[in-house]
Amino acid sequence: MSIDKDTARRVAHLARIRVEEDALPALAEEFNAILGFIEQLNEVDIEGVVPMTSVTPMPLKRRADVVTDGNQQDKILKNAPDAREGFFAVPKVVE
Amino acid sequence: MSELNKLTISDARAKLRAGDVTSVELTEACLKTIEGAGALNAFVHHTPEIAIDQAKAADVRIAAGGAPDMCGIPLGIKDLFCTKGVPSQAGSAILNGFKPEYESTITQQLWDTGSVMLGKLNMDEFAMGSSNETSTYGNVVNPWRRGNDEAALTPGGSSGGSASAVAADLCLAATGTDTGGSIRQPAAFVGITGIKPTYGRCSRWGVVAFASSLDQAGPMTKSVRDAAIMLAAMSGHDPKDSTSADLAVPDFEAALTGDIRGKKIGIPKEYRMDGMPAEIEKLWADGTAMLRDAGAEIVDISLPHTKYALPAYYVIAPAEASSNLARYDGVRYGHRAKLAKGEGIDDMYEKTRAEGFGPEVQRRVMIGTYVLSAGFYDAYYRRAQRVRTLIKKDFENVFDAGIEAILTPATPSAAFGLGEMADADPVQMYLNDVFTVTVNLAGLPGIAVPAGLDKQGLPLGLQLIGRPWEEGDLLNSAYVLEQAAGFVSKPGKWW
Repeated sequence: MSIDKDTARRVAHLARIRVEEDALPALAEEFNAILGFIEQLNEVDIEGVVPMTSVTPMPLKRRADVVTDGNQQDKILKNAPDAREGFFAVPKVVE
Repeated sequence: MSELNKLTISDARAKLRAGDVTSVELTEACLKTIEGAGALNAFVHHTPEIAIDQAKAADVRIAAGGAPDMCGIPLGIKDLFCTKGVPSQAGSAILNGFKPEYESTITQQLWDTGSVMLGKLNMDEFAMGSSNETSTYGNVVNPWRRGNDEAALTPGGSSGGSASAVAADLCLAATGTDTGGSIRQPAAFVGITGIKPTYGRCSRWGVVAFASSLDQAGPMTKSVRDAAIMLAAMSGHDPKDSTSADLAVPDFEAALTGDIRGKKIGIPKEYRMDGMPAEIEKLWADGTAMLRDAGAEIVDISLPHTKYALPAYYVIAPAEASSNLARYDGVRYGHRAKLAKGEGIDDMYEKTRAEGFGPEVQRRVMIGTYVLSAGFYDAYYRRAQRVRTLIKKDFENVFDAGIEAILTPATPSAAFGLGEMADADPVQMYLNDVFTVTVNLAGLPGIAVPAGLDKQGLPLGLQLIGRPWEEGDLLNSAYVLEQAAGFVSKPGKWW
């Protein structure tokens, strides 16, 4: 599978990373080198092998469904690049 | 009281308890040494006021008697750990200015035992790298040099700041994290000990996530005994991390009996790579002989899927990273790009991430996005997860056959020069983790122990891999190897 400039542009957009048009060919080339390395996995016989979802078999613990913290709006907003009136502020998304 | 910064944790513990030194004296010795070691670029955020306050409190506790093992010990903390009110940037510009309002579980546990925080340590951006050249703070320099050659060498990565700081005696020990080898490879490159515990032994809460199914924190120390002492303080179940194991933490130090008679240690033939330097091969053979001489039974074993570990890792880790790093969007914390008139929220996301992430992080996030995207998920991600099952099965098979530990080289070479890999294909850099990455994929404990010097005078390390939750037993094997190898070399001070 070979990645071209259009695919590189699409992936960059999906990842929400701005890549300038003139940087796309080099990016596609890097992807191809890495994917070429990954292609080795096609040699492995994986017939009937279950994909790993947890490296150490353990059931996830449960806890009572109760509120254990909260009321820390100030702390949550403290590091925001733009916080106003108790909210995170972003550019307008709805006209 | 000179050179207190050179003490091991165990020696400092004895001196503190005997009243021969105070934690304040130890801490001041480290702070002074750090001040003179700017050329290494290991410490990137200094917290001398916190350190002195903690040291004073530790001295009170020690004087009262019954203080924990780590009480009064000055440490460096990798920048990946969130520390309350102290910059925690994961080596990334996208977290410029970020000061957490909370403390990671592991660092909290360390402070609860009375340990002292000297500051935050440099690292590869988001722990992605093997040479500490991807950090927003600039490169870390290895205190070791090739003889009289002044060329600056890498301390390895991603825990390069931790490695450099411990090797140069800027602190008694440091925290590290390991996703594909990020504790063990740098430890080997600077001649110190580093252990990655079993996945789930240490809480990941408050540690900036790279690849959640692979990430584990661990100590980087001057001796195996120190690793045992510090690991105990970092371990334990945490309700805030659902993947942390609800298991009792054994007394790892008590496991250091020095007796490995009759223990079955495996030598995996697949780790004998084509083109492996003769010195690495010899080191491995020497290490094998040392363990045999100590009474271990050496067994040739096979881990047939070893060669597929790195390609599987370079699907799984970027996939998890692309998901984990989606949170850096310029909204809640860190950097936000300035927008031109008329630009909207998508422009904000895209520009913020292009400005905030360095090239290696961008590359991995995009590879991860690609392998998870519609039409490729089964071909790449699902296939890699199935290969991961096979890699783990390889280890289970040899452990079921009675093997108790596995000996391998820690790295395929000694430390290389900063900038030497700049023109190489990214895959060449990834090969640094060829011996360590299998351990993360299988969730096992692994430890790097310094075992010798190469002909250029640079340290080389060996790796021991243990059974799940058997860190005590693994540390004991490492202790025997350490005693037999008798590695005592230190880098000559040039900085």
